Amino acid sequence: MLGSGIIQGLAVTAKNLVGSFHDPARFTTTQYPEERTKLPENYRNFPFLVADAANDPIGSLRCVACQICEKECPPQCIYIEKSKDKKPDAAGKQQFFPAVFDIDTSVCMSCQICVEVCPFDAIKMDQVFEIATPERFNALLLDRGQLAKPNTYYQQIHPTEAAEVDARLAADRKAGEEKAKAAAAAAAAKAAAAKAAPAAPASTAPSAPKSPAVPGTEAPKPPTTA
Amino acid sequence: MIESPSSPLAPLAGAHVRAVHDAFHGDLLEVSMGPHHPSTHGVFRMMVTLDGETVVKLKPVFGYLHRNHEKLGENTTYLGSMPYTDRLDYFCSMTNNWAYALAVEKLAGQAVPDRAEYLRVILAELTRLLNHTCLAGFLLQDAGASGTPLMYAFREREKILDLFESLSGSRMMCNYQRFGGCRVDPTPAWFDAARRVTEEYPRFLDEYEALITGNEILMARTQGVGRLSAALAVSAGITGPMLRACGVDYDLRKAEPYGFYSRFEFRVPLGDHGDTYDRYMIRILEMRESVKILQQALRDIPAGPIFDSKAKIRAFRPKAGEAYGRIEGPKGEIGFYLISDGTGNPYRYRIRPPSFVNLTVLEDMCLGHTIADAVIILGSIDIVLGEVDR
Repeated sequence: MLGSGIIQGLAVTAKNLVGSFHDPARFTTTQYPEERTKLPENYRNFPFLVADAANDPIGSLRCVACQICEKECPPQCIYIEKSKDKKPDAAGKQQFFPAVFDIDTSVCMSCQICVEVCPFDAIKMDQVFEIATPERFNALLLDRGQLAKPNTYYQQIHPTEAAEVDARLAADRKAGEEKAKAAAAAAAAKAAAAKAAPAAPASTAPSAPKSPAVPGTEAPKPPTTA
Repeated sequence: MIESPSSPLAPLAGAHVRAVHDAFHGDLLEVSMGPHHPSTHGVFRMMVTLDGETVVKLKPVFGYLHRNHEKLGENTTYLGSMPYTDRLDYFCSMTNNWAYALAVEKLAGQAVPDRAEYLRVILAELTRLLNHTCLAGFLLQDAGASGTPLMYAFREREKILDLFESLSGSRMMCNYQRFGGCRVDPTPAWFDAARRVTEEYPRFLDEYEALITGNEILMARTQGVGRLSAALAVSAGITGPMLRACGVDYDLRKAEPYGFYSRFEFRVPLGDHGDTYDRYMIRILEMRESVKILQQALRDIPAGPIFDSKAKIRAFRPKAGEAYGRIEGPKGEIGFYLISDGTGNPYRYRIRPPSFVNLTVLEDMCLGHTIADAVIILGSIDIVLGEVDR
């Protein structure tokens, strides 16, 4: 019958209209901004810089101004100036730091390649998306003061990822401490040996070259028959 | 008066109709349709020459969204081009990513772990679902069914975009594939959600078909409109659903199986007439096949790594050579042709965009139809200007 297809279609529309009053699957909109949907954990928007101390974000940035992200950023929205001097990082190691770290979020395309290439876990993706501004110039050009956010904030927005990063950093720090301890012990032993050495210089010094330090590294003996 | 068998005046053979038409016939009207016309799917412009309402000449004008994509690709690293491929056809970022990753993997001889291959199939088929769903919605919008079908289509599309967002961090600009695998390993909860979407999809398709497929107005508007012959489609290099709607059995997933497609059972739907209605139905049928592939892939996906541990993210320099990676994207064959000279940037970076190639037969399909039909024919090609203009 001509028109039966149209009537069948109208029945679907009617079902959806009635359904939207009681079936949440048919009423799918959210009344933003009064209501908000929960962002997924992996949601990414613009990068921020992770700072270890909440009370001194700029002073405790993990960034060491290696400028890898600046080179890899496809739209080149990152600008970094390396510091002239060094200061100790969270592990107590002397490191450079970014004297200037700017991200132009009007250029940034949220690809998170800076996050992937960063060897120091210093830059991560934020979830703040309401950054529209009536200001025409510079309001979207964020400097290091605006970009620095504490690690606790990172743990809050990306809990799973942050736990992994924290565990990895803690392991690295522990390994570093053990290495430093071992190095200190070795240095102490060396110093002790050096102290002991002058006591008997005649007996130790000449005998050293004769015995090879590592077995197997000795040069093959030339054939004696030649 | 144009000589076309499908002219709207042909059925009205009465002499008085011809006489009235001839009285007004004479001056042709040239209309610039677009680039900001709402029915041209972005910034596409058609220079249409009209005789009355009948199209006698149609010249596509494009380039309004040109942003130097290929040259940018030659000036950024291999990894740096990956997020740009999202912005080609912004409905299908996952398949664009895959085609590009495939080309680079061919170039570098990079292996991909099994789990990542399965994930790629899952995401590509989800992309096909969302692309065809949108197409069905937009096509109806172009035909004048204002709002309702498009909103139903978008409701379903949003469920797939939610999956993409919770996996990759972004709804449309996923930037997910990497050379040697994928970026984020999905959680079991994600797989549950993907299974739920897959299970519920046929129900949506049934509902959508009940809404529109049997609709007499749609049939009258689309059947016999914009016919494309198989011979012209093949010689013009048309690919994807448009080619299969003409009855040519060519699907890269079968013709040249890439990834793990040879492991899945599915059929390739074919059309008979090559008209707009066939192009609509092909998409609906392809979605049903995609659901089958998704069910198999979600059932069989193995555990394991998703990224080859030997693959490099940074300082990636493939040896000198060339490679062409192509996949069956939702719109047709999307391919990336790369030449490496051994440095960190490709020497040449070329894209084979399916919607651009499919657009080349627009004039042949529109001649003799009314201007309102030209809008539907354009809609049935399924173009995205981000890819056409690059």
